[in-house]
Amino acid sequence: MHIVVCVKQVPDTKVIKINPKTNTLDRRGVPSILNPYDTHAVQEAVHLKQQYGGKVSVLSMGPPQATAVIKKSIEIGADEGYLISDRAFAGADTLATSYALTKALEKISKTSPIDMVFCGKHAIDGDTGQVGPGIAKRLDIPPITNISAITKVTKDYVELQRKLQDGYAYIRSTLPCLITIEKEINEIEYASFPNMLKAVHFQPVVWSVDHLENVDRKQLGLKGSPTVVGKMFAPPKQEGGHRLEGTPEEQVKQLVEVLKDKQDLFHVNKS
Amino acid sequence: MSEQHRGIWVFAEVNDGTIAGVSLELLGVGRVLADKLDVPLAGVLLGENITPLSEQLIHYGADEVYVIDDPVLKDYRTEPFLAGMGKLARMYVPEIILYGATPNGKDIASAIATDLKTGLTADCTMLDVNVEKRLLEASRPAFGGNIMATILCKKHRPQMATVRPKVMKSLPADPARKGTVIEEKLQMKEEEIRTKVLEIIKGPGKSVDLEGADVIVCGGKGMGDEQGFQLIHQLADTIGASVGGTRDAVEAGWLSHDHQVGQTGETVTPKIYFAIGVSGAIQHTVGMKNSEMIIAINKDPDAPIFDIATYGMVGDAREILPVMIKAFDERLRENEVVSHA
Ligand SMILES: Cc1cc2nc3c(=O)[nH]c(=O)nc-3n(C[C@H](O)[C@H](O)[C@H](O)COP(=O)(O)OP(=O)(O)OC[C@H]3O[C@@H](n4cnc5c(N)ncnc54)[C@H](O)[C@@H]3O)c2cc1C
Ligand SMILES: Cc1cc2nc3c(=O)[nH]c(=O)nc-3n(C[C@H](O)[C@H](O)[C@H](O)COP(=O)(O)OP(=O)(O)OC[C@H]3O[C@@H](n4cnc5c(N)ncnc54)[C@H](O)[C@@H]3O)c2cc1C
Repeated sequence: MHIVVCVKQVPDTKVIKINPKTNTLDRRGVPSILNPYDTHAVQEAVHLKQQYGGKVSVLSMGPPQATAVIKKSIEIGADEGYLISDRAFAGADTLATSYALTKALEKISKTSPIDMVFCGKHAIDGDTGQVGPGIAKRLDIPPITNISAITKVTKDYVELQRKLQDGYAYIRSTLPCLITIEKEINEIEYASFPNMLKAVHFQPVVWSVDHLENVDRKQLGLKGSPTVVGKMFAPPKQEGGHRLEGTPEEQVKQLVEVLKDKQDLFHVNKS
Repeated sequence: MSEQHRGIWVFAEVNDGTIAGVSLELLGVGRVLADKLDVPLAGVLLGENITPLSEQLIHYGADEVYVIDDPVLKDYRTEPFLAGMGKLARMYVPEIILYGATPNGKDIASAIATDLKTGLTADCTMLDVNVEKRLLEASRPAFGGNIMATILCKKHRPQMATVRPKVMKSLPADPARKGTVIEEKLQMKEEEIRTKVLEIIKGPGKSVDLEGADVIVCGGKGMGDEQGFQLIHQLADTIGASVGGTRDAVEAGWLSHDHQVGQTGETVTPKIYFAIGVSGAIQHTVGMKNSEMIIAINKDPDAPIFDIATYGMVGDAREILPVMIKAFDERLRENEVVSHA
């Protein structure tokens, strides 16, 4: 079984700051990390490898620094790493991103056929979740999104638990297929010492556009992106209402008064 | 792109024979946009035995409904839905298609965008149109909600967006509204489809009912510690409310993630929302600001939560809550006695 996991380097949005005056991003000192959902995707692929054999490759599109997330994937237990890096990819929206990643997947599968492609449910920066289904459409394989468990794997098909808004669907799909991974699928394990050592010295295969085959350059990067960011603005501010004044007792009294005609919404605890 | 692309479509998501709330909300905002552009608004219904639902879409604002009623569309699967939607979009060339930002809505929208080689804006919370340029202005929170970005798709049609549930307002149903139903066929055999739905199990994933709650008591980091957070549970118990929490409260381990309200948790619209010891960070407020009434307790008079609160109480929650719990308890017991008398 050959699983390729698409991994993205993202800024840690927990520490991102916006300059309130200019509405621009302050990236200073913001660390880059492996997209958390992709971390779970790599971990899941490694689990499957341990159970069923085969190998795990990871693929990233990004600047040379994105090598860091490939090394991180090696720590978790991935075997091979590919980085596609070229100015021509820059400024890609999700349509152009899925195009570039698909071209790389096609090249990888020439030497080593792919059984499954894993993506994260979404990347925490762009946060669209659109890249995975886009790749599947381009490769003409079924996409199954929001996977919270892989329940059965055979040579020809997999059975999956797909998270819905209000429950789960159990799906069987033929192979190859593409799935997008939810965090609840697994817990991240500590990296083993040999994997950590391997990661230190690991160098991914790096491809520029010229290494990829049958590429229509018009579909890459900014040129190949139908969407553009028009403007950025601060979220609309809403107006505040009444302040209740006084001691806690006085404030509570006013509140109880205000809510008098809403009491049918409250349900008395009969116990 | 060409002049022939006209009309606004809403993908109508059906679960268990009912149209999803978000689809009705999209008809509400779609109606406004369609009137501005002076074009018809259409609902698109795919499924098995769903033709009768067309009427409901019309009552909620659609002028037209495109229907494909076929057994292979019984449960959502990307392949047959993509085939159906792709066929309709190529035949009738709409200029805008809107989808709910639900698991299925996002899935189908992403696949169709790639199929039609057009742009798709994700998770929008504001929609407008530039009438002159016939451009959809789809705005979405970016970078953890700290900023809004308006995304445009200038040269490709249809322009597409997924829209967060519970942000737009649906219109009141008008049973007198009339519209046209256009039925098409999907030539796809079950054997051609590579995925099978084995089973669907409703609800086990969610033990916490935040979405359906009339009243939510939400506690934040300001409750201090796990023991302080007990006051949140006590208030909720007293008035029969559901308990919510901020991400910081969840991360502190005071309650499980399924209680989290906000950008990476649930979006809720109860009738009353108590925000207690909650600062009001944008990532939290995107998930609750459409509540009918917001009551905030915070010791910092300048906390941003007060900007959106209907009623604000400045003070120490650990002092105010015991008083409040007692007052509600007495009040509600009185009512009990009265109503039983
Ligand atoms: C503020 C802002 C708003 C944006 N809004 C939109 C929008 O509405 N529509 C749009 O089309 N584009 C949008 N973009 C562009 C989008 O962020 C980029 O196209 C990005 O390259 C991929 O999208 P994503 O981060 O949403 O990925 P997602 O689709 O959320 O990522 C899902 C998975 O795809 C894989 N993946 C994604 N990118 C890579 C990569 N570079 N290398 C390897 N694997 C990857 C990973 O497995 C990841 O977990 C926006 C960008 C910004 C800055
Ligand atoms: C990508 C991203 C996604 C996120 N998603 C979410 C999300 O889904 N939901 C979410 O909630 N957050 C989310 N966050 C986090 C969010 O930015 C805030 O950090 C979080 O909401 C703050 O939680 P809080 O209000 O409990 O804590 P704090 O911001 O620490 O606020 C505590 C408040 O309590 C007040 N206080 C302190 N003591 C008392 C007292 N004794 N009595 C009364 N008031 C008191 C303080 O004045 C303060 O205003 C996200 C952040 C990012 C970057």
